[in-house]
Amino acid sequence: MSGDRLSYKWDSTLETVDNAEQTANRVASESGFAEDEVMQISMAVREATVNAVLHGNAYDPEKKVELEFERTDQDLVITIRDQGKGLDEKKIPDPLAPENLLKTSGRGIFLIRSFMDDVKISTTQTGTEVKLIKHVHGETAGGKEASQ
Amino acid sequence: MNLKINTRQVDGVNIVDCNGRITLGEGSVVLRDQIKDLLAKGQKKILLNLGDVNYIDSSGIGELVSAYTTVRNQGGELKLLNLTKKVHDLLQITKLYTVFDVKDDEATAIKAFR
Repeated sequence: MSGDRLSYKWDSTLETVDNAEQTANRVASESGFAEDEVMQISMAVREATVNAVLHGNAYDPEKKVELEFERTDQDLVITIRDQGKGLDEKKIPDPLAPENLLKTSGRGIFLIRSFMDDVKISTTQTGTEVKLIKHVHGETAGGKEASQ
Repeated sequence: MNLKINTRQVDGVNIVDCNGRITLGEGSVVLRDQIKDLLAKGQKKILLNLGDVNYIDSSGIGELVSAYTTVRNQGGELKLLNLTKKVHDLLQITKLYTVFDVKDDEATAIKAFR
């Protein structure tokens, strides 16, 4: 899908989470990423969509989740937007800190950052935008931490 | 594929064979209910066989942590068996691999319960 852009606007449901993951899997495969990278990309998209549906839009049927997939020569760029109150990343505890290891939540953003080459999170008055970037021919292709 | 669970008992250890995905929603609930059910019956030696779990997300990881702490808080033991590479890698990068008692052989795992 080089040079192409795919856009979706979905309801704030668990079905959207599965749809986002499956679409990311398909787009990443078609973009030529290796199997491990496809899994990492689709999981990062799943986690970001979970955040949008649960924490951003809080399952509100009036609020939508937008996804965009764009393949450039260098990157696959996936943007996930919600219409929630915003995400303050500084308030998310470090899931690797000893005191947080046994917490049952709070690992989503960490996994996203582990699996993607670059992640940009911005909050506006209309919600949160998460931009996930995976280099097509980057040195870090294949994941930064997953292979350690 | 959603999570399917089958439980069997060997030498007093409850082996929970998991097959499918442990993810937000049904997969996590199925596992949670199974652990709750075993504990309600007084069964506190639990071996989670994850050999056929091909996918787990952060909610699923949270569910494993919840199962581990719930069983431990009731004086029981929960161990993990037969991790797939994907699950193994996830537990490594989240630093949970050393928290869980992970086994790759069922007989050895059963003997390891006190």
